[in-house]
Amino acid sequence: MSAPDQRTTTPTLERPTLSLRGVNKSFGAVQVLHDVHLDVYPGTVTALVGDNGAGKSTLIKSIAGIHPIDSGTVEFEGEPVQLNGPRDAARLGIEVVYQDLALADNLDVVQNMFLGRERKRGILLDEASMEEAARDTLAKLSVRTLKSVRQLVSSLSGGQRQTVAIAKAVLWESKLVILDEPTAALGVAQTRQVLDLVRRLADTGHAVVFITHNMVDVFEVADRVAALYLGRVAADVPISEVDRTQVIELITSGRSGELGLAPDALED
Amino acid sequence: MSSNTLTAAEASGPHKPAAGFEGDRHDNTVGGAVRGYVNKLRAGDLGALPAILGIVVLGILFTVLRPDTFLTPLNLSNLLVQSTPIIVLAMGLVFVLLLGEIDLSAGVVSGVCSAVLAQLLVQVGVAWPIAVLAAIATGAVIGVFTGSLVGMVGIPSFVVTLALFLGFQGVTLRIIGQGGTVPVREPVIRALANENVPVTIGWILAVVVAVSYAAFELWRWRSQQSRGLAHQPLVLVVARIVLIAAVVFGVTALLSVDRALAAAIDLAGIPYAVPLVVVLLLVLTFVLSRTTFGRHIYAVGGNAEAARRAGINVTRIRVLAFVISSSLAAISGILATSRLSSVTPDAGAGNTLLYAVGAAVIGGTSLFGGRGKARDAVLGGLVIAIIANGLGLLGVAAYLNFVITGGVLLLAASVDALARRRAATARR
Repeated sequence: MSAPDQRTTTPTLERPTLSLRGVNKSFGAVQVLHDVHLDVYPGTVTALVGDNGAGKSTLIKSIAGIHPIDSGTVEFEGEPVQLNGPRDAARLGIEVVYQDLALADNLDVVQNMFLGRERKRGILLDEASMEEAARDTLAKLSVRTLKSVRQLVSSLSGGQRQTVAIAKAVLWESKLVILDEPTAALGVAQTRQVLDLVRRLADTGHAVVFITHNMVDVFEVADRVAALYLGRVAADVPISEVDRTQVIELITSGRSGELGLAPDALED
Repeated sequence: MSSNTLTAAEASGPHKPAAGFEGDRHDNTVGGAVRGYVNKLRAGDLGALPAILGIVVLGILFTVLRPDTFLTPLNLSNLLVQSTPIIVLAMGLVFVLLLGEIDLSAGVVSGVCSAVLAQLLVQVGVAWPIAVLAAIATGAVIGVFTGSLVGMVGIPSFVVTLALFLGFQGVTLRIIGQGGTVPVREPVIRALANENVPVTIGWILAVVVAVSYAAFELWRWRSQQSRGLAHQPLVLVVARIVLIAAVVFGVTALLSVDRALAAAIDLAGIPYAVPLVVVLLLVLTFVLSRTTFGRHIYAVGGNAEAARRAGINVTRIRVLAFVISSSLAAISGILATSRLSSVTPDAGAGNTLLYAVGAAVIGGTSLFGGRGKARDAVLGGLVIAIIANGLGLLGVAAYLNFVITGGVLLLAASVDALARRRAATARR
């Protein structure tokens, strides 16, 4: 909380990159998401917090098009959109970095960043232009820890792998980047690197959704915090309006003083 | 060591102040490249090293044991021709192994395809190009079948191809007929393994190959260097060119010597099968390293889930890998037919497949998927052929031949498994 004022922009005046209204999602008899409202703003890191089973994974998979929603509306940059598959999401500029990173160990950094969307000249792979673009993207994100962009991913540390996965998401002129617990398995120094990178993602104009269980990370890097409780959004507020205790209460009970769900909201 | 490289990078690369990637610059020194290679070896990626060592050590061993017969132009030309069906079969297997799958039926598929070839030539009497195309098409269709069972139905490739290993032996038996051997006297097919490229043309081909390789490598180095991309030091590029040229010219020179045992006969030149293998090597290397399809093969072998999420059609890649494997098995069958000038009911059975898998693995292709090259089949195939040829010259009992070849495959697989473990522990 060293300098919260700098981060407290007035995002409500801006148009959200992604806007969810009344989103519901069930798997069979189990309703996982209830009437979810969520706004994600460009240049802003939104921390998505919630206990295990609160619906964080389902929510991001819905946004990624992997689990299409049952009802409710999704607006992307003000336009209503249908997200019926990962390709729909990718076309809009939504990129998800999953916890397992989805990198191929036997390919190098450039090859991984362009996997599935290789640049070609005729039938040939255009290695030169891919290498340049990969290097540009990494440089833009001020990534200094990689020795070579032609290093095999198998030789990278956990933090470097996370970095490559994030850079891969950024390469595609993405507007919204969703990060699923990017610091979960990292040491102190590597967590630092990744948090810096998350901050730079937002500073370069991306809307960032950042899933984490770590309160230190939330207050370190987030501009807004959205807390999920049993599939409902308990709060979606600027980070300056809450403190750590309140966020933990929102996660564990869905309420904290004036904030959070009305007591009767959980009855149904 | 790391402090040295750091200062070297700082000294050599002030033009890119903010960026990291100092490795992309300091690897330009020979020292950096050597260090990189040693690190690669220590991380368990042995590459072509075991196969090259194998060729050298076995070559010396058999030369010492059989000085009169092993290192003669006649024997070496035999050895090369012997190796070609193994190499081509192994090239196909590399594609399947890259996915982490296995094709145990590749050997007997080559048998089925050569049976198709033989019967079309002998019984139906079609022209050789039609017979060859039909044989390769048979292989491709079998590949679609195998690949669909693996990729779409989802049966483990081990089980699918084990079943087909048995089944296709029956098919070959049915096509050839009980107890029969179909002699193939078609001149073009026979010529593949039994006739030689005229010496002059052989030399022209050798020069063309060496010069194009050098030109391509130098052009690539030049363009990488001028665009500021990661590249090897020029010394290493030149050294590789010299090495390749030496091998190409050395083999050509050796095969251009008249190797006939009787003075009246003229027997010199490169057997036609050798340039065929070189062409396949170039085409397959191109496919694996320069096309999207090749890139996706590696990706599926390295992390199928990542490939799927990247929008790669994993099923399609799997089916195509089996199509390539079976089609190359057909070509391997044609080469074997040419060498024997006949097709037997047990064509492609026995140790054919074991040799080919051994070749790929010895050459450096991993049984666990994700790592391998077309050239592995060539290097490993030569090792296998040297073993078979040398043991033959030594007059070793047949049972020992089986035991030794099986042992070599186990050794290569152990190296592969240990390398994989090392690679897993080397990660920080």
